[in-house]
Amino acid sequence: MNLESIPLQAFLIVSSVLFCIGIWGLLNSRNAVRVLMSIELMLNAVNINLMAFSSYIDNNLIQGQVFAIFVITVAAAEAAVGLAILLSLYRNRVTVDMENFNLLKW
Amino acid sequence: MSIAITTQFICFTVLSLVVITGALGVVLLESIVYSAFLLGGVFMSVAGLYLLLNASFVAAAQVLVYVGAVNVLIIFAIMLVNKKEDLKPINDIKSRRIISTSICLTLLSLLIRVDLTNVWSLSSPQTSIGEESTIRIGEHLFSDYLLPFEVASVLLLMAMIGAIVLARRDVMSKDISTGLPVDQELIEKSSEPLLTNKN
Repeated sequence: MNLESIPLQAFLIVSSVLFCIGIWGLLNSRNAVRVLMSIELMLNAVNINLMAFSSYIDNNLIQGQVFAIFVITVAAAEAAVGLAILLSLYRNRVTVDMENFNLLKW
Repeated sequence: MSIAITTQFICFTVLSLVVITGALGVVLLESIVYSAFLLGGVFMSVAGLYLLLNASFVAAAQVLVYVGAVNVLIIFAIMLVNKKEDLKPINDIKSRRIISTSICLTLLSLLIRVDLTNVWSLSSPQTSIGEESTIRIGEHLFSDYLLPFEVASVLLLMAMIGAIVLARRDVMSKDISTGLPVDQELIEKSSEPLLTNKN
């Protein structure tokens, strides 16, 4: 790949924007499913970062790609457990509104 | 990847535009179902970005795991919990929006400043292994990353068992605390909410 073609900064800026959109969604969503989707967006932003660095800075050993695979694994586990918790919450409270999940509030 | 520079630029621009507008749609759209399908589009475009970065194996894993598993799981969860409900209005929603948006914009400006001002020590393109990355990932996974690889398999097993335990319905005939018979209906049909009377 010709490294002069796309600068590394372009990938980093895309991933920064994606990460901030994810944080905004995490803070502002009222639907619990959308909160999980925002977490997935943030994990994807981190993965883009890892892949960009692995391709531009460590393009012989590509340890960043191995890291990205582990992040994908953990994200899949997180999504499965998160959605199971969500179903269980919905079974108990019959809502997915984040404002109603206040059992731990003192 | 051996495609022309202009093609790479066009692909990168289109893919990043799709990623960012799709992500905005995911967090901003009113309907959660549209958000879930847009999320699938975002995942596919991120896989395209990986292909631009010479990572065909991770791109395939992204499509298989994210689009094939996580997105389908999210759509199933939406199907199971998709009940129309009127959200209670929040009093200080405006100040919350302002605070969270300003936090996000500050973080974004900080990150972009770091991206643009830092001097990255780029390696020379001659050392790039290009299309052989899949072989190299396999070598890594079975030599220096062997322990994390095995731990990841244990983690996936634990997540699978945990998800089953958390999401399965009660099959006991009597409630332990009250002694009343447990109704085995789907909760989408009819069931008394258990904890909603508390507040």
